[in-house]
Amino acid sequence: MKIMICPVNGPRNIAEFAWGGEVKPDVDPATCTDQAWTDHLFLEANIAGMVTEWWLHTPTNTWFIARRNTLTDEIIETMTLDAYYMREGAISA
Amino acid sequence: MPFALLKYATRSAFKGDHAAERHFRLSPDLKPTYDVVIIGAGGHGLAAAYYLATRHGITNIAVLDKGWLAGGNTARNTTIVRANYLTPEGVAFYKESVDLFRSLSNELDINVMYTERGHFTLAHTDAAMNTARWRAEVNKHMGVSSEVIGPDDVKRICPTLNVSDDVHYPIMGALYHPPGAIARHDAMAWGYAKEAARHGVEIHTQTGVNRILIENGRAVGVETNRGTIHAGRVLQAVAGSSSVVANMAGLKLPIRTIPLQACVSEPVKPILDQIVVSGSLHVYISQSARGEMVMGGATDAYGLYSTRSTLDFKESLMAHMLELFPFMGELKVLRQWAGMADMTPDFSPVMGVTPIENFFIDAGWGTWGFKATPVSGLRMAECVATGRQPDLLKPFALDRFGSFDLVGEKGAASVGH
Repeated sequence: MKIMICPVNGPRNIAEFAWGGEVKPDVDPATCTDQAWTDHLFLEANIAGMVTEWWLHTPTNTWFIARRNTLTDEIIETMTLDAYYMREGAISA
Repeated sequence: MPFALLKYATRSAFKGDHAAERHFRLSPDLKPTYDVVIIGAGGHGLAAAYYLATRHGITNIAVLDKGWLAGGNTARNTTIVRANYLTPEGVAFYKESVDLFRSLSNELDINVMYTERGHFTLAHTDAAMNTARWRAEVNKHMGVSSEVIGPDDVKRICPTLNVSDDVHYPIMGALYHPPGAIARHDAMAWGYAKEAARHGVEIHTQTGVNRILIENGRAVGVETNRGTIHAGRVLQAVAGSSSVVANMAGLKLPIRTIPLQACVSEPVKPILDQIVVSGSLHVYISQSARGEMVMGGATDAYGLYSTRSTLDFKESLMAHMLELFPFMGELKVLRQWAGMADMTPDFSPVMGVTPIENFFIDAGWGTWGFKATPVSGLRMAECVATGRQPDLLKPFALDRFGSFDLVGEKGAASVGH
């Protein structure tokens, strides 16, 4: 059993979590080009190495951010959205 | 010592008279220039090289691979061949592949052990029965043999299958596809490699590509760990590493790399003729020619560039498998492995021309790559030779995502209904 640490609920079996894919910069569909919008929807960096991703703890519906190494299957750290936005220097959602 | 033993032993050791024939020549040094460079010496890349050489007269080709011949997903799939997909685009494409498979042993002069077994897609829910009927109608319309049958017929054709109601997910019926087949995956790669090499194609293993050289929006060569080579055209066919290689050309793909795990049991006498798949239970099984039960399930729950195996996979697989085939409770797992599958949003490949001139892509093969080996080789060869997207590949072009023109192939393996 692989353990992931939910930043709200603590260490849990990874079967309780759902993968949400990589964090991408937001694109405003009202102002961006059609190409920029479909690129945002479909294209993936799909990095072999360190990635920053959305994850969901499904029983509690808690979305959070995880950093993983996709070559070694290691979870480096997990953090709440607030912690992530603070670190990125952006305004909290 | 018997004279004959001495005679043949020394002959083969010193003169090579009776030595086994190599499948393909080891190529010497890289040349400075090739007409076509193919990145990836798996089934798809080697098939493309073979068809370029035999159908289009282009023989100045180098097939490069970072590892060894066919060591990626060509060696890691579960060798199922079928054409009973859901979309007309998918059915037409895989039907051509099945047609090519049928004559492949003759064409490549190697036994690819193509064996038609019959293929069940089991349905355990009303929704799955509806999908089965939909697929059967599309298949019949496209000239592919498929029909929906009830539990009694399932039992009649495949007596080892447990069709009892006394299980978690009783079998309500199945989509039955008599031409469903298995083939020897390694022999496919060896056959294409051997025949391509015989026509002058060079195969360079242990030759990793580090950079793709682009000048004015046009691919002009590749930089490898053995030096830089120029190329008229470059084709990538690298399965799970598609995003990494495309990134060298500055392309981003609609692909997530996710492991797909599989395993085999210890070998037993022939007991299961057919290939049995359940989309609802995420399991599939067939018995190989040497008696092993070959089993697989759904892709992993999250993306990874790794071929590790997990206990979670085997637990969930076996729970369902034992309900379908209770006798397997006495079998042990002999071997397990995984392949890195490049999954697309519409469970269909990404093939053909790219925004970069002279750079072609054969990617997005997810869990459906092996069965497409001949047709993808044939059509990608046409695409590379002419520089244009062949009609059969138009639905699978990279630019379909920009126009929301997705294929939606719910008939793919590992897709629930």
